[in-house]
Amino acid sequence: MSKRYDAIVVGAGHNGLICAAYLAKAGHKVLVLERRHVVGGAAVSEEIFPGFTFSVLSYVVSLFRPSIIRDLELPRHGYEVLPLETSFTPHHDGPGLCRWPEEGLSRREISRFSAKDAEVYPEFSLTMTKMARFARNIIDSEAPDPTSFDPRELMTMLRLGKALRGDGNAFLDMQAKLMTMSAVDFLDRWFESDVLKAPMSCSGIIGTFLGVRSPGTAYVLLHHYMGEIDGAFRSWGLSKGGTGGISVACANAAKSYGAEVRTEAPVDKILIKNGRTTGVVLRDGDEIEANMVISGCDPRLTFMGFVGEEHLDGDFVQRIKQYKFRGSSGKVNLAVDRLPTFRDREGSEFLRGDIAIAPSIDYLERAYDEAKYGTFSRRPYINVVIPTLMDPSVAPPGKHIISMFVQYAPYNLKEGPEKWPEKREAFGDTVVDTLAEYCPGLKESILHRQVITPWDMEQEFGLTEGNIFQGELSLEQLLFQRPAAGWSRYRTPVKNLWMCGSGTHPGGGIMGSSGQLAAKAILEAGEL
Amino acid sequence: MPIPTPFHSRTSKLCYSNHWKAWAGYYTVCSYGISHEPEYLAIRHAAGLIDVTPLFKYEIHGPDAAEFLARATVKDVRRLKLGRVTYLVWCDDEGKVVDDGTLSCLDEGYFRLTAAEPMLSWLDRLSHSYDVRIEDSSDRIAVLSLQGPTSRDILKQAVDADMDALRFFGVVRCRIDGIDGWVSRTGYTGDLGYEIWVGNDDAERLYDTLMAAGAPYGIRAAGLDAMDVTRIEAGFIMNGVDYFSAHHCLTEERKTSPYELGLGWTVQLDREPFVGQTALKKEKEQGSERLFVGLDIDWAEVEAVFDLYGLPPELPGSAWRDGRPVYDENGQWIGQATSGVWSPTLKQNLALAQVEAPFAKVGTRLRIEVTAEYRRHQVTATVVETPFFNPPRKRS
Ligand SMILES: Cc1cc2nc3c(=O)[nH]c(=O)nc-3n(C[C@H](O)[C@H](O)[C@H](O)COP(=O)(O)OP(=O)(O)OC[C@H]3O[C@@H](n4cnc5c(N)ncnc54)[C@H](O)[C@@H]3O)c2cc1C
Repeated sequence: MSKRYDAIVVGAGHNGLICAAYLAKAGHKVLVLERRHVVGGAAVSEEIFPGFTFSVLSYVVSLFRPSIIRDLELPRHGYEVLPLETSFTPHHDGPGLCRWPEEGLSRREISRFSAKDAEVYPEFSLTMTKMARFARNIIDSEAPDPTSFDPRELMTMLRLGKALRGDGNAFLDMQAKLMTMSAVDFLDRWFESDVLKAPMSCSGIIGTFLGVRSPGTAYVLLHHYMGEIDGAFRSWGLSKGGTGGISVACANAAKSYGAEVRTEAPVDKILIKNGRTTGVVLRDGDEIEANMVISGCDPRLTFMGFVGEEHLDGDFVQRIKQYKFRGSSGKVNLAVDRLPTFRDREGSEFLRGDIAIAPSIDYLERAYDEAKYGTFSRRPYINVVIPTLMDPSVAPPGKHIISMFVQYAPYNLKEGPEKWPEKREAFGDTVVDTLAEYCPGLKESILHRQVITPWDMEQEFGLTEGNIFQGELSLEQLLFQRPAAGWSRYRTPVKNLWMCGSGTHPGGGIMGSSGQLAAKAILEAGEL
Repeated sequence: MPIPTPFHSRTSKLCYSNHWKAWAGYYTVCSYGISHEPEYLAIRHAAGLIDVTPLFKYEIHGPDAAEFLARATVKDVRRLKLGRVTYLVWCDDEGKVVDDGTLSCLDEGYFRLTAAEPMLSWLDRLSHSYDVRIEDSSDRIAVLSLQGPTSRDILKQAVDADMDALRFFGVVRCRIDGIDGWVSRTGYTGDLGYEIWVGNDDAERLYDTLMAAGAPYGIRAAGLDAMDVTRIEAGFIMNGVDYFSAHHCLTEERKTSPYELGLGWTVQLDREPFVGQTALKKEKEQGSERLFVGLDIDWAEVEAVFDLYGLPPELPGSAWRDGRPVYDENGQWIGQATSGVWSPTLKQNLALAQVEAPFAKVGTRLRIEVTAEYRRHQVTATVVETPFFNPPRKRS
């Protein structure tokens, strides 16, 4: 059976769906093929236990581009995001530190640790907001394509941003620092309190195999500051019905424009004749013809898996092989029968945001040390969210979900990644034990538990080496070098094969930019 | 000094922002927290509990109650069935709106009318030739509005009547945790929601019951600021904001007819005389000069205006109600937006407006004023259908 399509998108991750929606909206006949039984990829909701719908992998949103929400009319298709309100770091001795949306409340909390930091905190936020506004130009447009890889080129390119006003030099200086420093060094320039810096530094390590003291992590910090909700630069939000709600909205939008979305349709190979793609072969042997194939999967899966080295130049193959994944994160989702309680804090207002298990910088660095040598952290960094506090629809009445993003869980265990299934439950126990140290009674409240290791992310979700961003967000794999120098603009060396996943500029996170920018590039190229 | 509502002992404990205002002579909560947003989100995603006691309420009894109300209001409420509620307006002799509210048929010859303003004397004046008794129950009946997707599940825990059988705009007398009262499926949020009516003496117990029943369902006390966002999303007008009662207008120009407010559907013209009928018939024949519309203010243009100053769009944190001029594409003034809000749910910048009739067609592109960095700009505002937000659960 073969029906000819203008374009086939491989993978119904949110980027693939967005790309498909734009192409379909432009009048093209598009088919999206997804290996799993649900759409969403890493942005997926599944009812894992009866009545409990988990955001299985990614769990918070903020980078999602407002222009996509408008262009694809996503609110009409079910897109709803509820902002997170607080950021809480519990401590063993005392009430911990909670940062609130109200400046005055945060100031009072921070000044328990440092009166100076409490005053610097809003200044810091202002600077980061300025830089994020500037950086927005980067994520909303194609990567620039300098001919040399001189770091100065990067700076020249950054200078283009029109957000540069007045204090341009000081600003560039700041940018340069961000590019090269560690998250901790960068924060040291502003703050003295370890207790404040520890949770703030964490966004610098999300999805990387780096520690908070590793150079380059300051940039990742900024990447996570770029979050926008409703046009305002502010923190993070939860998707109604779990993160998959966003993917479902994207799929509905794509369908409303005429795209077909087929699940349980794993692609085995991308067909190539005379250096040009002609369609795909599914794992069950079915061939589907198309004028163009767009891969929403990561570069290694795309080129080494679907295309095959035989169709590619040696140099290119080399670059793709060098592209780093090194997954370092795990996920533990709990169904519980009551809210967790924390020392010296009453009520639940302080839980309506994220909770970071990051009591000190040394704690975080120690967690990394263990991972460097191929074991999961005995006391990991955990980012906890309790979505049911804001969206009760994802659990039975009165019950709650505790979502825990965990670092480090290195894909490359010293015994080999394939040993992860044997360690899965031990890893889950470690994570629960860690949180339980702050929440007496946690263990007794657990009804169900789902543990996802980087190995599971690869096997079940097609994320190579379990990297959460389809490839590390490290400086040498960003911008015009994502996924490979010369191929950052969604085209590939194979004619009519394009890429649209987060393995392309501007990278990972539920952002949609890769899908949107790829679609724009494809439409502009006029080859459909 | 304003007085406390019967729920004050409960609401004042929860209102840690101390953000109150006077509404009809009562203390009422604007927002319990420092921001109203969590309360808004509760209404749209779980349930919000709002104290709406300050509504004016009138009990109308008597064999002629239906006749009388059909005469006083624009609707032929003789057809209103027992256990049903209807939304309506009433006008002065010139067919200009005096107020709007809901009318519930609670029993044979027994209705309850709500109003935004005191109406006893006005009702009384019209009632002389009817066999009716009008009681001002405003200070005797306490009202809570429970709004949001989990509101039905919460009531099921506490109410002895069948909540699945209570249809949109239905009302039922029942016991709520043993308290005698009424539950109506009404509200001012455009969501699934209910209003619960009990005597003042039972108010505190009702509050505690609903809060306890709602705990597993994400219930949250919500203030008027949150409700204001939802009512604009729902396209509901407000007396004193989107129009002025004919009783208070110094000028004729300020008065509005039901047609001009988009409430023509409430007017039932062809029947025995009612107050304002002649004028309304004439307006219906000749057409209205102004019409009520919903506006979608172009977000990309708002962003562009702020970007001129290197700023992200700055929006008022809550709904606004200081009017803004609206122009046609040539810059000619053609009306005003009377309230508006950034809708967190729809991701749209919305406004309710009255414009000259030729500009009221859906899809018409108008201009509205936006102030950025203290300077005035204009951006596109497109006429769209209201309600802006109309989830199926509202009626399901
Ligand atoms: C544990 C975890 C937590 C995260 N947390 C966050 C977070 O909180 N916030 C955030 O913004 N980002 C987070 N991320 C990152 C974010 O989820 C991803 O960057 C983003 O979802 C990637 O989307 P994508 O469309 O580019 O790719 P993917 O979602 O990876 O989509 C690729 C799709 O291709 C499919 N596929 C694979 N093989 C085949 C085949 N052979 N045939 C057909 N289809 C195939 C996959 O099933 C998948 O659906 C997290 C990721 C993980 C793993």
